[in-house]
Amino acid sequence: MEHLDRLSTVFRGALGLAPDARVDALEYRSVPQWDSLAHMSLIAAIEEEFDVMIDTDDVLDMSSFAKAVALLEKHGAVVSG
Amino acid sequence: MPSSAAEPVEARVSLVTGSSRGIGNAVARRLALGGHTVVLHGRTYESAAAAASALTRDTGAKTDAVHGDVADPAAVADMMREIHRRHRRLDSLVVNAGIHAAAMIGMMGSETVERLFQVNAIGATHTLQSAASLLRRGVAPAVVFLSSVMATRGSTGQAVYGATKAAVLGLTRSAAKELGPAGIRVNAVAPGFVETDMLASLDEDGRAERVRATPLGRLAEPGDIAAAVAFLLSGDAGFITGQVLGVDGGVIL
Ligand SMILES: NC(=O)c1ccc[n+]([C@@H]2O[C@H](COP(=O)([O-])OP(=O)(O)OC[C@H]3O[C@@H](n4cnc5c(N)ncnc54)[C@H](OP(=O)(O)O)[C@@H]3O)[C@@H](O)[C@H]2O)c1
Repeated sequence: MEHLDRLSTVFRGALGLAPDARVDALEYRSVPQWDSLAHMSLIAAIEEEFDVMIDTDDVLDMSSFAKAVALLEKHGAVVSG
Repeated sequence: MPSSAAEPVEARVSLVTGSSRGIGNAVARRLALGGHTVVLHGRTYESAAAAASALTRDTGAKTDAVHGDVADPAAVADMMREIHRRHRRLDSLVVNAGIHAAAMIGMMGSETVERLFQVNAIGATHTLQSAASLLRRGVAPAVVFLSSVMATRGSTGQAVYGATKAAVLGLTRSAAKELGPAGIRVNAVAPGFVETDMLASLDEDGRAERVRATPLGRLAEPGDIAAAVAFLLSGDAGFITGQVLGVDGGVIL
């Protein structure tokens, strides 16, 4: 679960959310902070934290916290379960 | 702040697209001599790898090679993934790969029109988009696009090529605005006539006519363009972004 905590921290930091904000059900544009500008900062922060490079198609597809988890699994950056 | 204080100690990692020959190769050489680790690029593995090993042999610089058609977004993404795997970041990007074709309006086949846009305008877009996250990790990151006087001035027979190179200027300006807050500078150079394979189809009369049209009385050498690109990538240009630098011997005057 450690990777989920790391990802949550990245989400809160990049989107400027409170340290205790729940992010696991978050979706793109579901909060005003997650707009298209913040999306690129979020992508950069995820790439930095997990040392991955996210393709343009995946950048467009990453529309929720759950999709970000799946994306990291695809990159082998986290082990599911 | 003096520029030397801003230079990173570690070698800059720089990708020059279309550096197997011509202007791109001269840029790669110039950056290698300036201490950069240069990633060379061509359409094929053979052309890129041969250029990289020749550059290392001649300059002693560290080089690397990636390849692929810039018009193919998957190939460009693969190139950037390779760079991420081997270098983790990009400090400089020179978007140079390009093709040229000339024809009077109404006389250029649709395949040629599409290919010119695919390589020069869309290829440049794919390159910038795919490299953006590597640049965000770079030190004092900077991008230079190769445009042309044909974008700013135009000429008979150059409508389509000029349009593709004008697209590059549109990319340059918006990218400079958007990426400035991330510390990434984006500029373009607009060469006049440069002695490369691209001008090989010019006959003696055509060449003489272009020399006559150029106040400095000669065609550019690839090194003339490389010097301008190296300047725009350097700390000396640290507060310059969104600009188009003409390197044309005064041909636009
Ligand atoms: N020469 C001039 O007078 C002039 C003037 C103004 C602007 N420019 C611009 O300067 C840039 C360089 O021109 P140049 O004269 O040096 O051209 P060049 O000598 O013909 O070299 C072109 C380079 O681009 C690469 N390239 C071409 N199409 C590509 C593609 N689809 N995918 C990947 N790489 C590709 C080539 O790779 P391969 O070796 O693998 O083919 C080669 O390395 C171009 O953008 C051009 O429009 C040139």
